[in-house]
Amino acid sequence: MHIIVCAKQIQNPEIATSVFRVDEQTNKIIPVAGMPLVMSPFDEQCMEAALRIREKLGEVKITIISLGPKSTKDVIKHGLSMGADEGVILDEEGLEGGDGYTTALMLSEAIKKLGEYDLILTGRQAADWDAGLVGPGLSEMLGVPAITFAKNVQVEGRRVKVVRVVEDGFETVEAVLPAIVTISNELGEARKPNLRETMKAARKPTKNMTAADLGLDASRLGAAGARRVLEKLYIPTKDGKCDFVQGGSPEELAANLVRKLQEAKLI
Amino acid sequence: MANAAGVLVIVELADGKPISLVFEQLGLAKRLSEKLGGSVAVALLGSGVEAVAQDLIAQGADKVYVAEHPLLSDYQSDAWLPVVAKIVEAAAPAAILVGNTTLGTDLAPRLAFRLGAGVAMGCVEMNADGGKLQAVRSCFGNKAREKISFKTAVVVATIKPKSQEPFVRDGARSGETIKIAVDIQASAVRTTLISREKEKTEGVKLENASVVVAGGRGLGGPEGFRDLEKLAGLLKGAVGASRVAVDLGWVPPSWQIGLTGKTVTPEVYFAIGISGASHHLAGCGGSKAIVAINSDAEAAIFNDAKFGIIGDLKAIVPALIEEVRKAKA
Repeated sequence: MHIIVCAKQIQNPEIATSVFRVDEQTNKIIPVAGMPLVMSPFDEQCMEAALRIREKLGEVKITIISLGPKSTKDVIKHGLSMGADEGVILDEEGLEGGDGYTTALMLSEAIKKLGEYDLILTGRQAADWDAGLVGPGLSEMLGVPAITFAKNVQVEGRRVKVVRVVEDGFETVEAVLPAIVTISNELGEARKPNLRETMKAARKPTKNMTAADLGLDASRLGAAGARRVLEKLYIPTKDGKCDFVQGGSPEELAANLVRKLQEAKLI
Repeated sequence: MANAAGVLVIVELADGKPISLVFEQLGLAKRLSEKLGGSVAVALLGSGVEAVAQDLIAQGADKVYVAEHPLLSDYQSDAWLPVVAKIVEAAAPAAILVGNTTLGTDLAPRLAFRLGAGVAMGCVEMNADGGKLQAVRSCFGNKAREKISFKTAVVVATIKPKSQEPFVRDGARSGETIKIAVDIQASAVRTTLISREKEKTEGVKLENASVVVAGGRGLGGPEGFRDLEKLAGLLKGAVGASRVAVDLGWVPPSWQIGLTGKTVTPEVYFAIGISGASHHLAGCGGSKAIVAINSDAEAAIFNDAKFGIIGDLKAIVPALIEEVRKAKA
């Protein structure tokens, strides 16, 4: 059994709105000093899902793959320290400014070179651009069925059984392997890297692949290959006028709030 | 599709009726089609759904492409995709508007990749000034917005609920209904729906509630939500939660409001013990008034709130229940 986990390195999504800045000249976010880059949390949950399957089935090889700049090696190391067996880094140097389409294209070509696989896990979206294109997109490019928004993934024989989160509850959906599953936050918390795996991580095999290795012309990747053009990245403005209700006791605060809401005809 | 023009709306049904987002998609489709040229078409997929066509015409559709097959009644992407692609071929639209729902966010990326189209997910604005499509969407956990344009002749976009003015219903409108022949082999549908579990909702549905009482980490545990239920009950509202409260297992995932949960736009949104992370505001920022109650005076939620109380939730929430009870008596 071979599981491929797709992961992305991003700025920590939990940083406060007050320190989040964008450079409107270059349409890029400005990195926050002292804040290390992290693995997108949905991708950490993909690792968690893969590890839960391995705990149940035993013989499972987990490959973690990521597309990005030089610092991407840290995300691969993080995955290996959580328990992945092999890492694959897709070198994005000179191919920046791509979109979900170019990302899925490079990932799909790399995955075709990794040999047999049974399950591909991606986050429901990356917690930076929040688009959610790569998982379903890989399904089209690789010709493999996809099940989205998983909160539970079980492998039973040659089938994957997924509980997925829908508007009014849950659905259980099955597919024959190989399949792609996108993982939602409802899967639950991902484990932290443990000492034993962290010690082993440096010795685990890691491959680097470039666009040339994959036979992909640079014109099909990055900003050149993207189907969308980023015209403008900006922070929406807020008026920030909060009327703070005053009062000497909880009862008085509550009474004053109710009165204000009634005056505003809100209740 | 060199002659792409007009707009195609993908219809999602719940209990046999279009979900309200479809009418927003139709409102947007009408506005875009005035600039793009061409008509507003809709794709209606399902089984025994043709009766809905007239309703869609009254809501702004010029052409209704109806595709009926038993395998289309419960959405599975493998069944829907080839049929939607066939309708796209017949309608030749410049823009395809899909709801930003579980169904839509599953379908749209695959449809775009299959068509070789540009794609924008979770759009809050779209325009076609000068015949060129542009979309605005939230990103970075709702901290930022991006405005994008496309290099392709066809664009697929998912539309955030409560972001668009719906088309004003006109029962006198006329339109055309076109049947699309469907030939799906069961074996081509590689996923199987085994079961469905609906989460029980007592009282008002979150998405439709005019008052939402939502709680977060500040409540300290699942018990805190019992008080919120009382408050919501008195105000005939519904209870929601932040992602943290869901991730901690205090409340079911269907209560989650935010970027990866539900979008609500009530008259009043009570954010109780919710710090106001931008990914939460993605789901409630469209409320008419946010009332924030938090012990942390620096909580970001106060930047978006109309009314605020700083203080101890354990004392204020019961007092608030009492005051609302008195006011309603």
